[in-house]
Amino acid sequence: MFEATQINRKNLSRQKMFRFLLGSMTALLILPVILILGTLIIKGAPVISFDFLFTSPTKGMTAGGIFPALLGTILLVLVALLASVPLGVAAAIYLSEYAPDNWSTRAINLAIINLAGVPSIVHALFGLGAFVLFFRFGTSILAASLTLAVMTLPVVIVATRESLQAVPMAFREACWNMGATRWQTIRRIVLPNAVTGILTGVILEVSRTSGETAPIMFTGAVFFLPFLPQGVFDQTMALSLHLFVVSTQVPEMPEAVPYGVALVLIGMVLLMNSASIALRMYLRGKKKW
Amino acid sequence: MNKQTPISAKLTDFDKLNRDWYLDKFVQALVFIGGISAIIFIIGIFVFITKEGLGFLVGDFSFKEFFFSPNWRPTSENKATYGILALVAGTASVTGLAMLVAIPFSLGTAIFIAEFATGKTREFLKITVELLAAIPSVVWGFIGLAIMNPLIIDIFDVPVGLNVLNAGIILGLMAAPIMTSIAEDALKAVPDRYREAAEALGATRWQVIYKVVLPAAKNGLLGAVLLGVGRGFGETMAVLMATGHAINIPTSVFDSVRALTATIAAELGETAVGSPHYKALFTIGISLFLITFIINLIADLVVRGVRKG
Amino acid sequence: MVDKNSVNQINELSSEKANGARVKLAVENLSIHYDDTPALEHVSLDIREHEIFGIIGPANAGKTSFLKAINRMDMFNPEMKIDGKIEFNGIDVSKVRNVYGLRSRIGVVFPLPVGLPLSIYDNVALAPRLAGLKDKAELNVIVERCLTRAALWDEVKDRLDSLGSLLSGGQQQRLTIARALSQEPDLLMLDEFSIAVDPVTTMRIEDVLKELKSELTIILVTNLVQQARRLADRTAFFLEGKCVDIGITEDLFTGEVSDQRTRDYVEGRFG
Repeated sequence: MFEATQINRKNLSRQKMFRFLLGSMTALLILPVILILGTLIIKGAPVISFDFLFTSPTKGMTAGGIFPALLGTILLVLVALLASVPLGVAAAIYLSEYAPDNWSTRAINLAIINLAGVPSIVHALFGLGAFVLFFRFGTSILAASLTLAVMTLPVVIVATRESLQAVPMAFREACWNMGATRWQTIRRIVLPNAVTGILTGVILEVSRTSGETAPIMFTGAVFFLPFLPQGVFDQTMALSLHLFVVSTQVPEMPEAVPYGVALVLIGMVLLMNSASIALRMYLRGKKKW
Repeated sequence: MNKQTPISAKLTDFDKLNRDWYLDKFVQALVFIGGISAIIFIIGIFVFITKEGLGFLVGDFSFKEFFFSPNWRPTSENKATYGILALVAGTASVTGLAMLVAIPFSLGTAIFIAEFATGKTREFLKITVELLAAIPSVVWGFIGLAIMNPLIIDIFDVPVGLNVLNAGIILGLMAAPIMTSIAEDALKAVPDRYREAAEALGATRWQVIYKVVLPAAKNGLLGAVLLGVGRGFGETMAVLMATGHAINIPTSVFDSVRALTATIAAELGETAVGSPHYKALFTIGISLFLITFIINLIADLVVRGVRKG
Repeated sequence: MVDKNSVNQINELSSEKANGARVKLAVENLSIHYDDTPALEHVSLDIREHEIFGIIGPANAGKTSFLKAINRMDMFNPEMKIDGKIEFNGIDVSKVRNVYGLRSRIGVVFPLPVGLPLSIYDNVALAPRLAGLKDKAELNVIVERCLTRAALWDEVKDRLDSLGSLLSGGQQQRLTIARALSQEPDLLMLDEFSIAVDPVTTMRIEDVLKELKSELTIILVTNLVQQARRLADRTAFFLEGKCVDIGITEDLFTGEVSDQRTRDYVEGRFG
């Protein structure tokens, strides 16, 4: 009575076939990328050394190291964080704790999604028109960082908002019924329990910011600088731009150098993303309620 | 309660506007400013790029030439022409090919992760997809230059490896992870009871997916595709580095092209602020802003029911 | 509409026995609507100082909305519209400027126990700290006193540092009561507090309430009719948004002067 009928058997084998097909598609998507990354590692590793990371480029950038670019990226990211994190956290607090459920809130959410979807070159144009020209910061770390900050604001907002919303409503209601104001409730209960989530968002923002090229190309990052930047109104080199330069703008570049730069850049980015993922998994295990 | 503690003293006195009350109102104003900052920035972006491009729009701009002429020769000494048709063709061909590559693969992967993979495998795949999505655009461009380029020249025996095919594949690999994520969310959002009901009727896993889950998730899946298209349209560095530098309408995937985004990136550095060429580039920027704005708007409307919170 | 005659009659009887006790909460013609759906219609009643006032009735009768209107929790809920007047200690609650001050005078216990994700000590010290109290010695006294009166001290005195949100349901409910007591409230409102709590803890809390009566006023919303009979001095019966009956608890239950619907509910003919 329970023997597999012919139809059942056909269905079962068809199902196995589909599972195999989908599995292969997945593998086909991921495998090339892994191969590519492998190539990067193999061809780029020979160049990586302490000197590579901590000295300046020489001989028209065909030799020497990438230190100014590395430093530049770190500076750009730091200033961008300073600008975007407070603003992003405030925006997320507004959306999670205060915003009424009406058209204005929907408009804000739409703006956030669009901000995240604007092409990076358009952000560059905006940065040029607004920070470099209109506010007269000139091409500078400040202008470039602010452009990056506007671009990655959505990342901080979304991550923060999600971690705030993960705090159960019952806690807030208990506090409000006791006479606590909204800020007191946020400060004592909500925000402390969202900090790790916010950190995840910040790490994610750092990762994205350090890889961007277009927004900084016309707002403060330059191909080559003979000295290190002294202040926020100076121009700077940057790792992402450096990769572009050494792979397209310099004649007679030894093959390994661009691979090395790409390796450093991708290594940084993947490291930070992994940290963010690890933090999320740690969060999942640590239950406070 | 015999003695008057500071707490019970409030019994008669609670209706005073104290420091906490004012602080709460202050914070409310502060976070509201944060809240509307996103709107301010979006409007700001539009305002500033229009400001810089305005001169071109009211001056040398000819609608027919801009949108329908393939001759983008802003530096020509005789008569500068600003037709973006070839550039649009470049963007469209690369994005089109990218979607051809990305859509089936990201859909397949999403279905595999959401419906077939379990436990550690699923965890591993999701993390891998997330990491792939993080690879910066310029690194992809470099991959197009250094790895895909010689590969294409070898395999297909063509003289130049920087072309539609190169950028299309690269863009496809770039867009696939984020499309996979969103598609997977859409599939996961389909309630289990749909699946259970179908299985109770004797359907196999595949039948359940094909006949029940996919149709139910089609909004979210469409949204994923739109987002991918938007991403393809807006990509700059990877496309700049992998498409070659020929401004023409492609007739085969082995032709070099130039995309809208890449044009701005390649030429802006050489223009004088305020020159017609400069303003024309900003006008391309305005067009890009509007196109991606609309695509994102539609995608959000479509996806909104799926990815809540 | 309220059967005015029977309500007045019962009130007169009870006020004779009340002997001039002060009115803690005066409710006049209170109506509550959520968008257009009425939750409460034309409710008028008085709650007297130092009494346990019970409110019984089936689900969706408007009992919880009634409590929300008292401590102005409608403030963040734009769909909730309130008509009529509530006076707390003689002050119209809708005209209060510092709503937070009003709420600090009223303690609330919800159906679902809530242990805040702070240490047990910090849970109970929260209200005093919000009021500005910083002295550690005084806080220690308050924490011990409130936990003792909530019948929780013995169980947690050795682990005041552990998280309040990880206690058992019954303990969290007693923790909630300790928190409410730490406000040194004027009025304590309990909304079906025993739903998620075991019978032993329920009994202990009922004993606590009986002791607290002499210091504050208590509103006890309950779906356990017998609980009202055990604890409440006077009781109101809410049905479909209206206050159908109100009077001395025993009178309501023995059915001498009460409405037929009250008798039906109390005897379990509907629920």
